[in-house]
Amino acid sequence: MPQLPGMLVGLGVTAKTFFKTVFPDGPTKPPAPSKGAHTVQYPHEKEAPPARARGVIALHHDNCTACMLCARECPDWCIYIEGHKELAPPRRAGGKPRQKNKLDRFDIDFALCMYCGICVDVCPFDALFWSPEFEFSEMKIADMLHDKGRLADWMHTVPEYPAYEAGAEVKIKKLPSPSS
Amino acid sequence: MTLAHFLAVNPPYWVETLTKIGIGLVAVLLPTGALVYLFLFKMMSFMQSRLGPMEAGPYGQLQLLAEFGKFLQKEDIFPSKADRFVFAAAPFVVLVSTFMLVLVLPAGPDTHFIDLNTGIYFAMAVSSISVIGILMAGWGSASKYSLLGGIRAAGQLIAYELPLVLSVVGVVIMAGTLNMKGIVAAQADFGVWFIIPQFLGFLIFLVAIQAELTQPPFDMPVAESELVTGYLTEYSGIRFLLFFIGEFATAAVFSAIGATLFLGGWTIPFVDANAEIMDYIGPLVLAGKMILIAFLIFWFRITYPRFREDQLQRLAWKFLIPLSLFNIVVTAIFKVVF
Ligand code: SF4
Ligand code: SF4
Repeated sequence: MPQLPGMLVGLGVTAKTFFKTVFPDGPTKPPAPSKGAHTVQYPHEKEAPPARARGVIALHHDNCTACMLCARECPDWCIYIEGHKELAPPRRAGGKPRQKNKLDRFDIDFALCMYCGICVDVCPFDALFWSPEFEFSEMKIADMLHDKGRLADWMHTVPEYPAYEAGAEVKIKKLPSPSS
Repeated sequence: MTLAHFLAVNPPYWVETLTKIGIGLVAVLLPTGALVYLFLFKMMSFMQSRLGPMEAGPYGQLQLLAEFGKFLQKEDIFPSKADRFVFAAAPFVVLVSTFMLVLVLPAGPDTHFIDLNTGIYFAMAVSSISVIGILMAGWGSASKYSLLGGIRAAGQLIAYELPLVLSVVGVVIMAGTLNMKGIVAAQADFGVWFIIPQFLGFLIFLVAIQAELTQPPFDMPVAESELVTGYLTEYSGIRFLLFFIGEFATAAVFSAIGATLFLGGWTIPFVDANAEIMDYIGPLVLAGKMILIAFLIFWFRITYPRFREDQLQRLAWKFLIPLSLFNIVVTAIFKVVF
């Protein structure tokens, strides 16, 4: 019976967890399981996901050049982009007008998206960002398609990049501000 | 328990029978619900650092009613190749075995359904009927997972029936009677509950009922990582619910039997076991002791991971059965010598 001590320790572990959950403040205080439990009672209190959590994708559409890289790399083909060319005023006086891609449509179908993050990684112009926001369920599946405006609205929920560890290369990325 | 005893009238036979059925239903379902709520919902959650059901009623107390309603609404699906009669009847066979167990449980000097002279023998015999129900479920479902689960259950229940019965024999030798009330009375006469002189028997009994109830760590018949849910795989709706009730009602009844055999049943130390008042507080005392034993069962259930099939059989045949035989021999020697 060499297993016996280990089995008793196991009983101790569950018993200890039980008392830690029911009496988080020690056995003399009244039981408070909602404080002792590690879980969050979700609809009543909102969980705070870590800043880098993958909740929803935000679009900073001033940065987007409609280059279609994200749409092409998306494994689910759930990004829909349409755009047209526009003439922009020349940089210097007397110069030729520049050509610019104007974004007409940028939709992500979150009913199809598998939150792989490839689109965010692949965007060369810092136009897509992860936001930890997760409350965007809908009654109708068609409403899971977020258009340009809705994706842009998520921008304000995107947290600032956390500082690098001490001694790391100092090249802190800055989020584009909505005005830039 | 006769109705005349409570009402001081002599009702016709059918009224008495109906009343007994009603009381029997309450006597099985109430402790079952209490066990499921207290241990499966709450204690298990706390031991896993979570809260368990919280939404239905205060602290989720009405969760069981919600579950009941949910199962009632579900479709009663029969697999197309199922042996329909066997498939449909299996849960009832399991349930009947549970309800017949309650019959011989005494809860007071005059509070009992029937006072059998061979009470504990009857209980052990009737408890093995559930194996037939489980085999019927496994066979009738026409599914390999169910069949494997049913056969595993049969092998396991037969293997653990032996140590269970043998551990009870120790108690019977000490009490000198098979009558459940006699066993309770013998403990009152003996001075201490049989858990002290029969501690080894009590441990064997605990392990054996854990396996009889197919509770983890002995839940190979429903091992979800190997067999989906074993013999329950094809069941849905009300029939699944019946199996579920059967499982936990049997847990409640076996705990009560354990309380009767080892913890003195309805008696309280230093209180006259045959006093009139014991008819009324006896059931409560028995329920309290039952919850004590059920607590151990569920504590083991929550703590330990599942055995492997061969480990389980080895534990039963090579360890528990010799140990319980040894227990019987020692008990018999003491009985003869002293
Ligand atoms: S995160 Fe969603 S939208 Fe982006 S590439 Fe992956 S599947 Fe496509
Ligand atoms: S990869 Fe970036 S810039 Fe290109 S279309 Fe996608 S979001 Fe716009």
